[in-house]
This record gives sequence, C-alpha cells and structure tokens, in this order.
Amino acid sequence: MRTPFYEFHKSSNAKITDFHGWEMPIEYSGIIDEHLNVRSSVGLFDVSHMGRYEIKGSNSGEVVQSLVTNDVSKLNNNHGLYAPMCNERGGIVDDVIVFKINDNNFLIVVNASNRDKDFQWISQHLKSANIKNVSEEISLLALQGPLAQSALQKITEFDLSQLKPFDIAPAEIFGTKCMISRTGYTGEDGFEIFCDSSKPEIWSKIMDSTAELNIKPIGLGARDTLRLEAGLMLYGNDIDEDTTPLEAPLKWTVKLEKDFIGKNALINKKPAKKLVGFEVKDRRIARHGNQVMANGTKCGAVTSGSFSPTLKKSIGLCYVPVDITMDQSIEIEIGGKNYEAKVCGTRFYKRN
Amino acid sequence: MQEEIRFTKEHEWVQIKDGLAVVGISDFAQKQLGDIVSVELPKVESAFKQMQVMAIVDSIKASSDIYCPISGQVIEINQGLQEHPEWINQSPYDKGWMVKIKPSNITELESLMTKTQYEEFVGQIK
Repeated sequence: MRTPFYEFHKSSNAKITDFHGWEMPIEYSGIIDEHLNVRSSVGLFDVSHMGRYEIKGSNSGEVVQSLVTNDVSKLNNNHGLYAPMCNERGGIVDDVIVFKINDNNFLIVVNASNRDKDFQWISQHLKSANIKNVSEEISLLALQGPLAQSALQKITEFDLSQLKPFDIAPAEIFGTKCMISRTGYTGEDGFEIFCDSSKPEIWSKIMDSTAELNIKPIGLGARDTLRLEAGLMLYGNDIDEDTTPLEAPLKWTVKLEKDFIGKNALINKKPAKKLVGFEVKDRRIARHGNQVMANGTKCGAVTSGSFSPTLKKSIGLCYVPVDITMDQSIEIEIGGKNYEAKVCGTRFYKRN
Repeated sequence: MQEEIRFTKEHEWVQIKDGLAVVGISDFAQKQLGDIVSVELPKVESAFKQMQVMAIVDSIKASSDIYCPISGQVIEINQGLQEHPEWINQSPYDKGWMVKIKPSNITELESLMTKTQYEEFVGQIK
C-alpha cells in the first residue's frame, strides 16, 4: 500500500521500506542528519499510513469515554488528548490521539499497525454511534521542529500562536481546506496537518515555500530515534495487549474516577514490572528482545533500542521488576555478549 | 606497488599494501547499512580464517557481521573508528579502513571477486 505522497518520496531518493504493508520512506539524507534537522530547524513527515476514524452520533462522547483511559468529558471543542485504549484485562489495544470536534463528532488517530484491529474494536463498542474510516480521503503530514510554527505560518493565514498543544482547528493551506493540530511524535513543537488526499502536491508546495528554513523530508528511521529520545511509546515494541498503562509510564493518562474498558483490571492490579530507560556503556546498539540482567539474573527484555543522535549514546527502553532503581547498573545481552548499562528515566531529551 | 582490490560476497574489500591485507566494507555495504554508529574490531594479534566473523558493525537499522576476507593475523586496527564510526560511511575505501592483516595464504585472494566482478554481482542484487 502507498500513501498519496509516495512519488514525492521516490523522487527525493528516499530508501523505501515495508512498514506493516505500507511502502514508506525510511530515510532520505540519512537518519542522523534528518533527526538533527528536526531538533535544530524543521522536518516534514508523511504519516498518512496511520488510521483516521470519525466517531459521530449523539452518544459518541460516551462511547469514546468508555474506550480510552483518559477523561474526554472535560475536553473543549477543537481540543484533543493522548490515551491508551484497553482491553478487559487492562492490556493496551492501541495508543491513540482523540480530538473532540464537538459533542457529536470525534476524530481518532490510530497506529498504522492497528488500523484494522482498532476499527473492529471500536465498532464492537459503538452502541448507537457511527464510525467512519476517513483515512483514504484525508491524508496526514507532520511538521516538527523549533521552526515548525515559522514554516507553517508562511503558508496559512490562521494565527498559529493561538493554537495551543493538542488544539485542532480548520485552516486553509494553499487555498485548500484542512485541519491543523498542535501535536506530534518527536518531543519538539510541531503540527499535524489533516489534508485532502486528492491534493498530494501540498507536499512539494510546503517544501518549496519553506526551503529557507532548512526544511528536510524525514523518514521513519528518524521518526523512531526522535520519539525514543522523547520517551514516547511505540506500539508493538513498548506496549501491547499484554502490558498495562500502569506498567508503561502512562499512569498519567489513567483516570480511575471515570469508567472505561479495563478499569477493573487496573484497579486491582499492582504492577510487578515497570518500563525504564537505559544508557549502554558502549556504542553497540540494543535491539528489541535483547535480554536484560540485574545482579546476574535475567529480569526482562529490551523493548526499544537505538542510537541517540542528540546524546551520541546507545539508549533504549526495557521492562524490569519494580524494585530496580534509577542509576542502577544492569547488563544487556547483545549478540551473545553482555554490555553494562545504566538505568535512567524513559525521557532522554527535553526541548528548551 | 598496490595490488588490485578484491571483494567478498559479504561486501568486504581487501587490498594488499606494503605486504599487509587492508580490509574494509564496500560503498554498497555502507549505503545499505545507513548511518554506522558502532564498530567492534578484533584484538590485535588475533587470528582468523577466511570468511570467519571478525568484527561487528552497528548501524541504526541493523547489526552486521564483518567477515575476514583472507586468513591471517590482525596486525593493526583503525582505532579512530571508535570515536568516528561515520568514517566508514564517508570514506569506506580510505579513512574508513577497518583492519590490517598479515596474510597466511596470499593465494586466497584469487577466490575473491575483482572490482568488475563485484560491480556485476551488486548490479544483480539491486
């Protein structure tokens, strides 16, 4: 499957990879170069492979409230939040962004790997609301970096300084109606642009109009190193149907004062493991599944591992028993050899 | 006089200079790997047989075993790669050299591909 922007990636000499059935750009000028460009100026990402669903109807708010752990009842119109959707065991079905357009209209953005699963799951819990898959008609781009607002302001009259984090608003870009949200997956300021998929030329128009800000196209490779530095979860790696938001560092999204699917499992469960960050005392890269040892005993496995271009270190995330402490020395098995690592928080980078 | 450069099917290159076999990975290999962030080189004085795993390179995307193209003993390793693994990406045949080996059987070179043969080989992979 290809997004509407595929030809632009090819003509920019992107290395294309298969990502859950999607032919996506993994890198253009190089992962490290692209990563550092987002941290210092601005980058443009094609994220149209993700799913976009509209939930509409008079009880759509109730339905969404029951699906996610976070509290959507307090959302104003044109505002959103991040939340896990749990199954009855408290395990995570997916982590999503929910936007409330109005009381009877919600937009949910889901992971590409879970498009079908989430559609089925939500459909089973709709009651009298409706779900519509708008992923084909609406494409999604992300513009991220300290210069993202300057870049986007060049091509829209909407006053972006009025858009607060997780706000979403209708705007016009190059005369085409779209929606802009102040959201992202990089740890930088940034926007996600919901646009008409029949007009993919918006990609090259954005690149050309903002060239003087040093904009670059950014692939999935840098998308992963950016989110890892920022401590953001990757579904399938760090969270899945068998991990709860209390084990992952997502307790802040869980509002136990309201009802939601999986709440009972979370109230009664005391997590036996927790997700922590680590820095390897070597340059070798840890990979998903690598064994983690503490005090000589196997105690967990790496969920995400990569190189941090900002810290210039080998970093990662892993689940460990709850009694493991910050700064504790652990060992990671990489390629049959054990490497020393230091336990740290899951957030390696914080923007200024 | 420098001998001609030879290539293995695993994309290592080897070239005899001043009696030592200098080893690295090809431009095709470094492009496939992407940004290289770590190189684990063998110890000086360790010995390897042809096509035995001799080193490991990590790029952000993947780890790659580096195979010894010619049997012999490691005489020198490129220490600079510890701080600058990116030299392999920037200059795979020059600054990014990895290991120098004293060959125990120089005729092993004949079993490796010439530059022309390697270019044809790579052309078929793409």
